[in-house]
Amino acid sequence: MPPPIVSIEHVCKSYRRGSQIVPVLEDITFDIPEGEFLALMGPSGSGKSTLLNLIAGIDAVDAGTIRIGGVDITQLAETDLAQWRALHVGFIFQFYNLIPVLTAFENVELPLLLTSLSKKERQEHVSLALEVVNLSDRMDHYPSQLSGGQQQRVAIARAVVTDPSILVADEPTGDLDRKSAEDILELMERLNRESGKTIILVTHDPRAAKRARSVLHLEKGVLNAHHQAAH
Amino acid sequence: MHIIKLLIRNAFRHKLRTGLTILGITVAILAFGLLRTVIDAWYAGVEASSANRLVTRNAISLVFPLPLSYKEKIRQIEGVSQVSWGNWFGGIYIEEKNFFPNFAVDPRTYLEMYPEFRLPPDQMSAVLRDRKAAVAGRKLAEKYGWKIGDSVTLKGTIFPGNWEFVLKGIYTGRDKGTDETQFFFHWDYLNEGLRKAASGRSDTVGFYMIGIANPSLAAPISVAVDSTFRNSLAETLTETERAFNLSFVAMTDAIVMAIQAVSFVVIIIILAVTANTMAMTARERIGEYAVFKTLGFRTYHIAGLIFGESYVITMTGTALGILLTFPAAEAFGDAMSQYLPVFIVDRETILMDCAAGLLVGTLAAVIPTWRAVTIRIADGLRRIG
Repeated sequence: MPPPIVSIEHVCKSYRRGSQIVPVLEDITFDIPEGEFLALMGPSGSGKSTLLNLIAGIDAVDAGTIRIGGVDITQLAETDLAQWRALHVGFIFQFYNLIPVLTAFENVELPLLLTSLSKKERQEHVSLALEVVNLSDRMDHYPSQLSGGQQQRVAIARAVVTDPSILVADEPTGDLDRKSAEDILELMERLNRESGKTIILVTHDPRAAKRARSVLHLEKGVLNAHHQAAH
Repeated sequence: MHIIKLLIRNAFRHKLRTGLTILGITVAILAFGLLRTVIDAWYAGVEASSANRLVTRNAISLVFPLPLSYKEKIRQIEGVSQVSWGNWFGGIYIEEKNFFPNFAVDPRTYLEMYPEFRLPPDQMSAVLRDRKAAVAGRKLAEKYGWKIGDSVTLKGTIFPGNWEFVLKGIYTGRDKGTDETQFFFHWDYLNEGLRKAASGRSDTVGFYMIGIANPSLAAPISVAVDSTFRNSLAETLTETERAFNLSFVAMTDAIVMAIQAVSFVVIIIILAVTANTMAMTARERIGEYAVFKTLGFRTYHIAGLIFGESYVITMTGTALGILLTFPAAEAFGDAMSQYLPVFIVDRETILMDCAAGLLVGTLAAVIPTWRAVTIRIADGLRRIG
């Protein structure tokens, strides 16, 4: 069993809705080993996206700790957390979230602007990332000139271009047709298998979950079941 | 990929909205620049004043004359280097709408005291030789198509009758700020006419111009002049040329203040328009800013994007407004030359235009930036889709 890259202990999270406090996650504790492909499943409102956001460091816990690669990210200040995200996390969103005024190449280059890489090095990294997602011939296209599946592949290239420790994906196939969804899942599986990327995938889709090595079920903010997928 | 490219692409994402905002800023900066130039033109006479010149007039009012005999007494006062004299003539050329300032002066001493009025030596000699000679500024001569040797008749309003002159000189200004719309002629010619008319108004002058070598002695010399004529039938009031000209501007202070207020109101209006554009922009892109933050971009990056876009829009409008100010000011200046003879877009006005553009760009971006940087990433991402 490889050592855990993500270690979550007694995490609680709630939101304020008007005068009411709505608990979203209650005392969540689990580990994710390095190189894992984990699917987080559960009905709407179960807290799976919130948990993903907490792991990715874009939301803050009310209580508990989240250690990623040995770093307790719940103790990081906002500026340090931004820097940490830039280095260690790749994001894949349901609606791709590409910047419409930038080409595919420029969108993938975005995270590299925060690094000290030279222009030439950035070009090499971007070209490689676009090659991985099989979109080298579309690098000068704007998002509006690409299909949904192609846009999501650009988003994946943007997520992996900095070679992060973990990839988090929130319903990455939720806005795609079946064929495109299969392609995206296959690509993610390949990234996990061939590059050893730790992937945490939030999904409603059992077909998507089947691609994962293990599945976590959340219900009403509580971890319900943890099982290994059959591969 | 350069940040400037991103800012420009972002700024022109909604071409119509950005175009209209830029148009609004352009018009506002143009209006602001023209209004500031009107104010400058109002004070042009004051700015053109020399520290070496004093004006002496009747202490009761400018409309009351002073005896010509004062000239020798003034000349003897210590510190006085030159004395000239003259009258506001107030003549009309053909019809009343053809207004231009016209004076009866002693041309030799007057032109010596006004080196900014440049007259070629041959024309100067011709003016001094002929008592009916007159001198006009370049702009005035161009406006009425006068050439050297032309006859010009002014209808007197203060000094009744038709007064005929021969244009013997056309002066040019030493610099852009010199009024080239004045008309002056021999005071002796006026005085002879008044003697013939036996009006009892001869041998009096409207004002004395006093040349002083040392401007720092303006105050004691003024006091000395006025003391000399204290308790006489025509007491004097002596002041610097600047103070004298300012007293005329002060009469129209309310108008100047109104123009100033309007010029700033224009900026406030365009601030509201630009702030609205930027608020709409930031609201629409709140999800994108959340994506930037997710990718590791910091608060100052987001602020830079919003402020940068605001500056792209406002400074484009400002640059266009400034470019248009020059031809507009030229056209406006030509149309208003009889009231505002010196209508020049000042360097200070351009700097104020730029400052106004920067101020609008900055203020318009403050609230959108604050909203974009304070929103939680998770909340921002929820706005997408």
